[in-house]
Amino acid sequence: MRPKIGVFDFTCCEGCELQILNCEDELPELIEALDFVNFREAMTGAASYYDIAFIDGACSRESEIPRLREIRDHANMVIPIGACACLGGVNCLKNVYPMDEVLKAEYGSAAPYYDTIPARPIRAVIPIDFFIPGCPIVKEEFIRVVGELLAGRTPYQPNDPVCAECKAAGNVCVFDKGMTCLGPVTRGGCKATCVTGGAVCWGCRGFIDDPNINAEKDILVKAGLSVDEIMQRFSLFNLCQEGAWK
Amino acid sequence: MSRIHIQVNRLTRVEGHGNLIVKVSHGKLEELRWEITESPRFFELMLRGRPWHDAHVLASRICGICSVSHQLASIQATEAAFGIRPSGQTVLLRKLLYAGEIIESHILHLYFLALPDFLKSEGAFALMKSHQEAVLCGARLKKLGNDIMEMIGGRAVHPQAAVVNGFGRLPTERGLLNLRERLRESLQDLQTTVELFKGIELPDFSRETEYISLTHPEEYAFVRGSIRSTDTGTAGLEDYLKITNEYCVPHSTAKLTRHVRESYAVGALARINNNAGQLHPLAKDAAAHLGLKPICFKPFLNHIAQVVETVHETEEAINSIDLLLEEGIRDEQISVMPRAGRGIGAVEAPRGLLIHDYTYGEDGRITQANCVIPTGQNHANIQKDLEELVSGRLEQNEDELRLLCEMLIRAYDPCISCSTH
Repeated sequence: MRPKIGVFDFTCCEGCELQILNCEDELPELIEALDFVNFREAMTGAASYYDIAFIDGACSRESEIPRLREIRDHANMVIPIGACACLGGVNCLKNVYPMDEVLKAEYGSAAPYYDTIPARPIRAVIPIDFFIPGCPIVKEEFIRVVGELLAGRTPYQPNDPVCAECKAAGNVCVFDKGMTCLGPVTRGGCKATCVTGGAVCWGCRGFIDDPNINAEKDILVKAGLSVDEIMQRFSLFNLCQEGAWK
Repeated sequence: MSRIHIQVNRLTRVEGHGNLIVKVSHGKLEELRWEITESPRFFELMLRGRPWHDAHVLASRICGICSVSHQLASIQATEAAFGIRPSGQTVLLRKLLYAGEIIESHILHLYFLALPDFLKSEGAFALMKSHQEAVLCGARLKKLGNDIMEMIGGRAVHPQAAVVNGFGRLPTERGLLNLRERLRESLQDLQTTVELFKGIELPDFSRETEYISLTHPEEYAFVRGSIRSTDTGTAGLEDYLKITNEYCVPHSTAKLTRHVRESYAVGALARINNNAGQLHPLAKDAAAHLGLKPICFKPFLNHIAQVVETVHETEEAINSIDLLLEEGIRDEQISVMPRAGRGIGAVEAPRGLLIHDYTYGEDGRITQANCVIPTGQNHANIQKDLEELVSGRLEQNEDELRLLCEMLIRAYDPCISCSTH
């Protein structure tokens, strides 16, 4: 029996779901191995049980909470995919304002039509079984995790900082080029794609399990960033610290 | 007399969350609503306070399918505010990156989201069994679009290389030669695509509509231009607020827009209606072969317009590579001098006119941001189309009518989370 797969979207850009569809070369095998029974962005159809429910997006409205609980009740495993689902991601940038101000800033006098709550990761609402980080997820990592689950193993979760892979990729350190980066504290597994791609690490995969945040702040200060600039750098994907949504 | 009650929650095979409600009783349309239930993310607020070098990184996250469009609109808004004119090489690389996104997004829509309706299937996964050749042809073209974005931008979703006034990483000439070869080879698959869609019978529905897109004297406009309406002619970017006129309704978390009529449409069909004369030769041939010519008021022909544009952007990508190789890829100094002021950046995203409008303070941080999204501009027009479509078919079987309504919405290739942002 192929495992039944559900793919669900909450508050997000749906880019991580697109990354699943971007596995063009592997698509025939993927469909052979997995029984996609609910994947709204890609197909019509619904189901009442999932061996694995992949969740794209953060939770940012009251109405999303019962929807998440229902998925949890009907799924053997729940796996958030992407920075929004794993960390809250960029959605949490609004959390620094009172929610009524947030609504007013966007909708003006029409604000009473709408609702929002501080954005939070999926694990803040329901228990999760694993997570695939990144903005967006790395499609090779998605395929690896699925393969390990199919083999009955607990998937490997990278826990070395991005710097390790960045060195292996042969990149010149961005600090040596006069720029700054969150690579030293960010969970690797992305092959340092952003530095290799000509940019810096923004921390989209979240922090490693035991990050030395103070040392990172020290090197950012040494590189000339003000406290405000440092906070801004950290906030892009990682504003939602543990418990910040309560 | 018939009674119809259609309630579609979270319509499938579109990006984002929309519901459709249709109620007909005693031969009269009593209720019809295209509801947008997507959770707002408040990007305009999030952009406030961000420094100029972050803005496009954040703006990209508005949309996973058209992240390149959002990046370029954002970068161009910042460049306009700072008075920066990017180099010829940068503009060509942007056009190439852009072609990757148009090819990927249009093919995703045509093969994975729309085609299943015409082949009576639930989705591309099921089509892989019944119509494997077609799906594999679509997958090859889609991959080529993604590979272009990877080579020029660094990756397919939220690419990293495009920055204000340049590229953080440049492609190699060898890579470009290889890409050009693959683009030429893909013309075969595009021919197959043209024939596939020529063989599809599209529902016959027409409604007079105002179509709005960018227009540019030198090219079929995607990455630059002024705004053109089929009703009122051309206007400068600085006048976009007089055209978009955003407003709120309780049943939509996305803002809607209107210009001189109750609604207007943007997207591939709008671009064809405004700029068809500037299509590249093979795209012109495809348009003639498929019977697409302006002015066309048939929203289902947006699929056909996307087929034609995919051909056009493949030719455009080949031309851009030729021009880049002629000059040779040069390392360029990326210099940016932030200053206070306002800048408007506009591009044609796969689904239509996209505008980012930023005001910067002297410290190079955004003080005010406004983003007008293609699908937000289409929502009111989808509603009006649905009303007319259903009014003419009040005696139709409910299941058939539901499918027809869903197909009409999908014809717009809506990007709903983007529209709410």
